[in-house]
Amino acid sequence: MMASSYNAKEEDGHPSGASGHGGPGVVKSKKPDNTAFKQQRLPAWQPILTAGTVLPAFFVIGLIFIPIGIGLFVTSNNIKEFEIDYTGVDMDSPCYTCAKNSSWNNTTPCTCSVDFTLEQPFESNVFMYYGLSNFYQNHRRYVKSRDDSQLNGGRSALMEPSKECEPYRKTDGVPIAPCGAIANSLFNDTLELFHIDSNGSRNAVPLVKKGIAWWTDKHVKFRNPGGNNNLTLAFQGDFSKPVNWRKPVYELDPSDPENNGFINEDFIVWMRTAALPTFRKLYRIIQKKSSTTPTLPSGKYTLDITYNYPVLSFDGRKRMILSTISWMGGKNPFLGIAYITVGSICFFLGVVLLIIHYKYDTRNNSADIPN
Amino acid sequence: IFCSRLGGDERRVDSRTIYVGHRSCPANEAFIPPKFCDNRIVSSKYTVWNFLPKNLFEQFRRIANFYFLIIFLVQVIVDTPTSPVTSGLPLFFVITVTAIKQGYEDWLRHKADNEVNKYPVTVLEDGRRIRKESEKIKVGDVVEVEENETFPCDLILLQSSRDDDTCFVTTASLDGESNHKTHYTVPDTEKDLESLNATIECEQPQPDLYKFVGRMHIYKNNREPAVRSLGPENLLLKGATLKNTQKICGVAVYTGMETKMALNYQGKSQKRSAVEKSINAFLLVYLCILVSKALVCTTLKYVWQSKPGQDEPWYNEKTQREKDTNLYLKMFTDFLSFMVLFNFIIPVSMYVTVEMQKFLGSFFITWDKDFFDPEIKEGALVNTSDLNEELGQVEYIFTDKTGTLTQNNMEFIECCIDGFQYKYRDASSELDGFCVTDGPVNKLQQKAGREREELFLRALCLCHTVQVKEPTEQSQCQVDGRVDEVDGLGVDGEVLQTSEALRGFIASSPDEVALVKGAMRYGFTFLGLESKTMKILNRNNDVEMYELLHVLNFDPVRRRMSVIVRAISGDTLLFCKGADSSIFPRVRQEEVERIRMHVERNATEGYRTLCVAYKYLSAEEYAQADAGLREARLALQDREQKLMAVYNQVETGMSLIGATAVEDRLQEEAAETMEALQGAGMKVWVLTGDKMETAKSTCYACRLFQRNTELLELTVRTLEDDNLIELNLRGSSIFTSFSSLCCRSWSLTNQDYGFIIDGATLSMVLNSSNESNSSRYKNLFLQICQNCTAVLCCRMAPLQKAQIVKMVKNSKGCPITLSIGDGANDVSMILEAHVGIGIKGKEGRQAVRNSDYAIPKLKHLKKLLLAHGHLYYVRIAHLVQYFFYKNLCFILPQFLYQFFCGYSQQPLYDAAYLTMYNICFTSMPILAYSLLEQHICMEVLLDNATLYREIAKNAMLRWGPFLYWTLLGVFHGLLFFFGVRYLFSNPALQDNGQVFGNWSYGTIVFTVLVFTVTLKLALDTRHWTWINHFVIWGSLAFYVFFSFFWGGIIWPFLRQQRLYFVFANMLSSVSAWLVIILLILLSLLPEILLVVFRKPRGPHARQVEPKHTDTLTFPLCFTTFLPLFLDAVLHIFVVKRGWLLLFSIMYFSE
Repeated sequence: MMASSYNAKEEDGHPSGASGHGGPGVVKSKKPDNTAFKQQRLPAWQPILTAGTVLPAFFVIGLIFIPIGIGLFVTSNNIKEFEIDYTGVDMDSPCYTCAKNSSWNNTTPCTCSVDFTLEQPFESNVFMYYGLSNFYQNHRRYVKSRDDSQLNGGRSALMEPSKECEPYRKTDGVPIAPCGAIANSLFNDTLELFHIDSNGSRNAVPLVKKGIAWWTDKHVKFRNPGGNNNLTLAFQGDFSKPVNWRKPVYELDPSDPENNGFINEDFIVWMRTAALPTFRKLYRIIQKKSSTTPTLPSGKYTLDITYNYPVLSFDGRKRMILSTISWMGGKNPFLGIAYITVGSICFFLGVVLLIIHYKYDTRNNSADIPN
Repeated sequence: IFCSRLGGDERRVDSRTIYVGHRSCPANEAFIPPKFCDNRIVSSKYTVWNFLPKNLFEQFRRIANFYFLIIFLVQVIVDTPTSPVTSGLPLFFVITVTAIKQGYEDWLRHKADNEVNKYPVTVLEDGRRIRKESEKIKVGDVVEVEENETFPCDLILLQSSRDDDTCFVTTASLDGESNHKTHYTVPDTEKDLESLNATIECEQPQPDLYKFVGRMHIYKNNREPAVRSLGPENLLLKGATLKNTQKICGVAVYTGMETKMALNYQGKSQKRSAVEKSINAFLLVYLCILVSKALVCTTLKYVWQSKPGQDEPWYNEKTQREKDTNLYLKMFTDFLSFMVLFNFIIPVSMYVTVEMQKFLGSFFITWDKDFFDPEIKEGALVNTSDLNEELGQVEYIFTDKTGTLTQNNMEFIECCIDGFQYKYRDASSELDGFCVTDGPVNKLQQKAGREREELFLRALCLCHTVQVKEPTEQSQCQVDGRVDEVDGLGVDGEVLQTSEALRGFIASSPDEVALVKGAMRYGFTFLGLESKTMKILNRNNDVEMYELLHVLNFDPVRRRMSVIVRAISGDTLLFCKGADSSIFPRVRQEEVERIRMHVERNATEGYRTLCVAYKYLSAEEYAQADAGLREARLALQDREQKLMAVYNQVETGMSLIGATAVEDRLQEEAAETMEALQGAGMKVWVLTGDKMETAKSTCYACRLFQRNTELLELTVRTLEDDNLIELNLRGSSIFTSFSSLCCRSWSLTNQDYGFIIDGATLSMVLNSSNESNSSRYKNLFLQICQNCTAVLCCRMAPLQKAQIVKMVKNSKGCPITLSIGDGANDVSMILEAHVGIGIKGKEGRQAVRNSDYAIPKLKHLKKLLLAHGHLYYVRIAHLVQYFFYKNLCFILPQFLYQFFCGYSQQPLYDAAYLTMYNICFTSMPILAYSLLEQHICMEVLLDNATLYREIAKNAMLRWGPFLYWTLLGVFHGLLFFFGVRYLFSNPALQDNGQVFGNWSYGTIVFTVLVFTVTLKLALDTRHWTWINHFVIWGSLAFYVFFSFFWGGIIWPFLRQQRLYFVFANMLSSVSAWLVIILLILLSLLPEILLVVFRKPRGPHARQVEPKHTDTLTFPLCFTTFLPLFLDAVLHIFVVKRGWLLLFSIMYFSE
């Protein structure tokens, strides 16, 4: 009768699904439902992984992984890749002067040329990358310093860029387009490749600048305000260019309105921030012209660089990479090695298990071992 | 609201004075109405006003809630990588839900309080009867109570409607004794209460139910006040029920929270399960990991930044505000930012999931049809879901006897007359036994003489203090209700057709009723006691009359009782019945041997045995005895001793007629249940208020004591026998007897021991005056008890039961205790133990209401512990470990990423993934697992009680397994991160030469993560129901679907579209696929290996004998010993040094 002993939680325990809505006078039966779920007797699959069931699996995994690994390894090895550092750290490197003098507010472009030789011909399409080292594109302050609604052509965002863009949001009260640190630090070296003929003449290798960005980025994520025509009009007046840029965004590629403004592919590629401080980004594609001649025959080449991008201040490096591509992407022996290793481990374990299993079984059959 | 005990009015005096009916006494002292607390019962925690602050305060006292609050505040104040919404919203949700739940519970408590407090009572005021609410009763009010009502407060009985100035009371809801107790009015008080002018002086409220000391001063016409002493027989306790008496009047002496009942009630403390303590310990470890991670990152950040050009390269300038901030402040905010970034390692969702698991999981107990009892038409009841897993950890069981182990139904089983055994016929022939005059006693071997038979039966009919319930018209129709209350006939389901059968017997002991009923079966019916004349209907249907001369009452020291009667013939006879040990020395020795055999056999079978003896008293003898008795009764000093002496003198030289065996029927399957529980490694203690002999026999019957169990007794009697009870020497005497017991129990270790102690001795042990002694005694006591297979504590007061539980609970190793009982006297121990189980018995609902779990029968305890408890424990332990594991391997890559992003707190995963990981992607499979998993199926668990030992002592949540899971998490985290890291050494992963960025990196890691932790759980799942399939494959599908969806749309209102088509692009890359498959497989490889070599369990165990599974092979050894090994290593390197400190912090923080 004592109230203090009342436990308010009493209701908790009553099954909500108590059966039987007995009418008045009918004793309400509290008998729990005899359902499989409530009695915890749901039919269940009770898998037991034993050595017997797992053994074949190990062998199968081993047998699948090792060929895949070998395939990957071979594929990766067949990819031709050529890499050249043109930062100009050393006194004798061609870009040394440019490197020394370059800073992002230079007005006069500095050019230098790097010669190199391809020992082997590059047969299929060749992809030209630029690589940066010790460049923290994944720094938090850097990563968040962008405004995707602005880049999507949003009018209001254009006028009033996101606060995340600070300190590259406005100059003297005028909004920057595109705002933010990522856009501001757009890679602006120009790379041109020349094949030196056996007779010494320079033949420009045609570089395709389209198809280097993700299709969805180019066509959906990035959009110019007010369509791709009349960019000059759309951007003029109300906006200022990013402080480090030499030219405004609507002059990134004046020759091609489909590659100008926010939808400039170089710009889009740059805006996809890299995962690691050493990274490469696709710069140009060298298309295979005919099936008979290699895309880049072996021989001498010259890389002409308009050296704009300063990296020495943060001890960075710049590279130019030429690479062919396979179905698995660029050259990377890691996957192949990993697959071979894991496959071998599985196979090895399978063998060990087999031995143990065999012993275990014989022991088991022999007698009941008392505990 | 609360009583004025602290109010100062009462000061600290030893007694209180009560003015009966608030009438000032004519004496010279002035009438100052003393203030006492009102008769209000308060059990609610909050009021409308203090609910919000008090509730919030209590919620944030939980370490986890406080932690999340801090994280939230940091996110609000400091510029952090994640938005405050990510942690604020879940926290707000959790807090609100809890507050609503607690508020609702408190509202229910308010309602229940009101029900009691507003109960109408009748108060006599100035000769008028006034209906009042119960809470308005004041000390000194004269209260009228009618039959079957409970007393609203503690009353001194002034007047009864019965002629003999007595009333009957049952205290079933107080101490569990369901028999009727006689209480007496204060002698020689006025019949007219209006003119009664008296004061009562009594002690201050104290919880002992059986103690009361007071005096009543009665003032009459300015004469010198008459003084009457008051004892417990005058006090009617709140909560007891008036029986068999039309109405009584009493004056309130203790009210409200000062009543003995309220004082015996212990506040319902918040019980915390051991698992929660483990969680808190793990939480602290993870907190340390978190803090150290943040510290490492902060330090490295500033080391890294000190190199030129790194802190602020030209492409990544700081804002003006950042430049202006003080360096140290910046360091601090950086530290906090890292904390926030890594805080997902301790997710709110774990607490939510644990709560949900407990809440939903507890439904399986209420749903279990095995717990359904067709008699009471009820199943099990779960009052708190917090302790489900504790059911799997019980080490000590404290059980009540009456109503829990036994049914509290006495039944006459057999008797032996002159050494011949008479067993009652089986049920089918019972009916004949009543009408057939010839040979109702079934002859088993030989028959004793008819003369002796009848003498024996007459003795049974006469030697008792049973009263016959007057068969009123009421009782005729209420007979069904009566049977339980007064131990009337038909309890055993017999069909008794005679009108006499409807009569009920009332006695202070159910044994007596059983004996009288037993005699009735053999043809001798006790008709009642009318004006000192006992009437018996004998076999020939003649009424025999005996004049009752004296009753030599039963007392526990003598352990026998006698009556002296005079037959019509003029013979004076003394009939005596009592325990064998007290009768045998007082009868002629040649008679003893014949009967001793039977008695001993009966006792070992668990029956309660009594011996019956008689003697003829010659006229002189009687005259002498009569004089002696009268004199002793009137003695003012040492009345007890004098009476005792006369009793002993009279009860000599008797001749033994026979012995009886009465069975207190055990609950169904009580013995099997106890055996199973002991087999599961639990120690069973019986705590009972009952007599030692009875309790002992029950223990034998339940197989708690076996035939070969050596019993160690430590009771007042044994102490007394050894002359050790000298007051001054009490302490040391117990100590010596303790030590001797100790020596005995140490010396013979292969012997089973049972230990018996009684309440009086126990209180000496526990409340020893000497501090150092008391702790020494306690330790000794515990040592002895822990070496015994079963312990029996008899004659315990409710609070003593709780004391014992508390003592064991706080002993070394903090064993998990469980109390089970059915009566209000068990409430205190039910509340004290880690887990309290109530039995839905006959004795009211008190125990059920206060319990954590209530079951209809004792036998259900087996399934509750061995099956449900085991499963709950395994489930929640796995849940907790898995949660910590999955968050460790979730956050570790993010931590490692800091080394590659300039320690800039750049999150590896997108915010949506960070938030959804614990809420959507990985929460449902583990919840389903923790509700449905049956790693061993229920039948096997029930059949092999020893399986319970495998999870004893928190086996799955010790540091060994924890270390294993943590290492697994670290291994997975490293694998995920570096696997993808090496893949990204060339980020051109697509066949069109395009490159992946940082969000692709995070998404690949996250995909591997989600798949791995889900598949890891799938590997652990031994019991795949369709629900498991659904949630496991469903949440993986949901992850894929969500990722497509999240990345498939340019989300309006978001300034950053980080994941736009990242997932789809990832899937278009063969390399990404390959690396995902590789990493998942590689992470699960060690798991698969372990699973293969783990002891075969589950359905296999069903067919395979346990021996078979114990066959050791090399890898088996490896897997079974790995956790042990880790445990040992931990002990050596860590536990011994630092963990003590950590633990103390942990416990303080609780």
